[in-house]
Amino acid sequence: MYETILLYLHQNASNYMVLVLQHLRISGLSVGFAILIGVSLGIYSANSSRLYNTFSGFFGLLRVVPSLAILVVCIPVFGVGVVPATIALTVLAIPPVMINTALGLRGVPDSVIETAVGMGMDSCLIFLKIKLPLAMPLIITGIRTAAVEVIASATLASYIGAGGLGDIIFTGLGLYRMDLLVLGGISVAALSLLTDLVLSSLEFSVTRYQRS
Amino acid sequence: MNLALEFKSVRKRFAKTGYDAVSDVSIDICDGEIVTILGTSGCGKTTLLKMVNRLYEPDSGEILFYGHPIKDMNPIDLRRKIGYVIQQVGLFPHMTIAENIATVPKILGWDRQRIADRVQEMLELVALPPAEFSKRYPQQLSGGQQQRVGLARAIAADPALMLLDEPFGAIDAITRRNLQGELLKIHRRFGKTFLFVTHDIHEAFQLASRVLIMDKGKVQQFATPSEIRSNPVNEFVRQLVSPAQDEQLLCSPGGSRS
Repeated sequence: MYETILLYLHQNASNYMVLVLQHLRISGLSVGFAILIGVSLGIYSANSSRLYNTFSGFFGLLRVVPSLAILVVCIPVFGVGVVPATIALTVLAIPPVMINTALGLRGVPDSVIETAVGMGMDSCLIFLKIKLPLAMPLIITGIRTAAVEVIASATLASYIGAGGLGDIIFTGLGLYRMDLLVLGGISVAALSLLTDLVLSSLEFSVTRYQRS
Repeated sequence: MNLALEFKSVRKRFAKTGYDAVSDVSIDICDGEIVTILGTSGCGKTTLLKMVNRLYEPDSGEILFYGHPIKDMNPIDLRRKIGYVIQQVGLFPHMTIAENIATVPKILGWDRQRIADRVQEMLELVALPPAEFSKRYPQQLSGGQQQRVGLARAIAADPALMLLDEPFGAIDAITRRNLQGELLKIHRRFGKTFLFVTHDIHEAFQLASRVLIMDKGKVQQFATPSEIRSNPVNEFVRQLVSPAQDEQLLCSPGGSRS
């Protein structure tokens, strides 16, 4: 089996790389959009329990719907390809980012905010210099969760013609080729682990003050 | 004598309580004084303090800061001229001790060298050797050390007035005594005006040039410690400064807040 996998990689190296890049691109775009939307909504809802509950409830509901179902539902509206895949994956990735952003901002101690205000920091400074840096570890944790989920789920995007490593797996399924299934599965797992590693080292670097 | 603060018929009521937290307070505080505000929890002492840096706005009356009505000043600018220290310290956990102390000088746009010199000077002032402490983070410090940094941070930009809200309320008795000594040393050296809220009668009388005794939002007596002892104006003050009460307050655990 190892030989067949290596042989396949050897013969299809450029094709394999294209699939890896497609996979990373769909995942990266989705996580990127999810950060934009999720962090914004998190900031927006941090000061209001009502907004927070509304948003997290709404996205929590969307999340219960299987990714595959969202993908299929997207087809009549957005057609097939990268666009519906990105939309479905973004929806999947928003909740952890949003929830962690809101929780991180809410977790900043009142006494820290009170002295910051008392020292004459305006709300913009307090947000940028105090609240955001203190919420950052949790925000990054949220992004990590989202990214790992998205990379795993992006496999399904191949089902609606968006490419990515899912192509190898679905081909393997169709042709009943165990080597392709294993290669696809391991590749996706490796990407997930790698992303997790990168983001956790980023998280490590912004939380140095908690350990030293 | 130059007046640092003038309260003119200041009144404040919080919507949810339905009674005046601070009721018709009119007092003058001279430049360079240490005034302690003494009272039980809920007597309005913290409310009075927080109206000075406009964390609260009075419902009526006005407060003058070196002759200027604070309601006409930009609250952000006003706060940068006032040092503020609270019981929970509120150091920024993600910044080093040096960065914490440099906060207001940095906002005010001091140049780098001046900030570095000032941080060094402030750390020495509060007896924390700069070489050892400036690069540390707040959570590596004990409660007493953290409050020393709190003091250094508040005084770093050379404010004319210092507001202290039970700064030593959560600190053990021995460390508290040391810090009270440091505070007097700082006061002697810089001659700033201190407004110091406490519920510890011993602390109030030891530090103050004048003590402001409050109850139910009203000023009961505002005088020097010796005058209050020898000449309490009413039953409340008499009770408060009687030796038995003194003993009782000293023995009761600290930490309650108004």
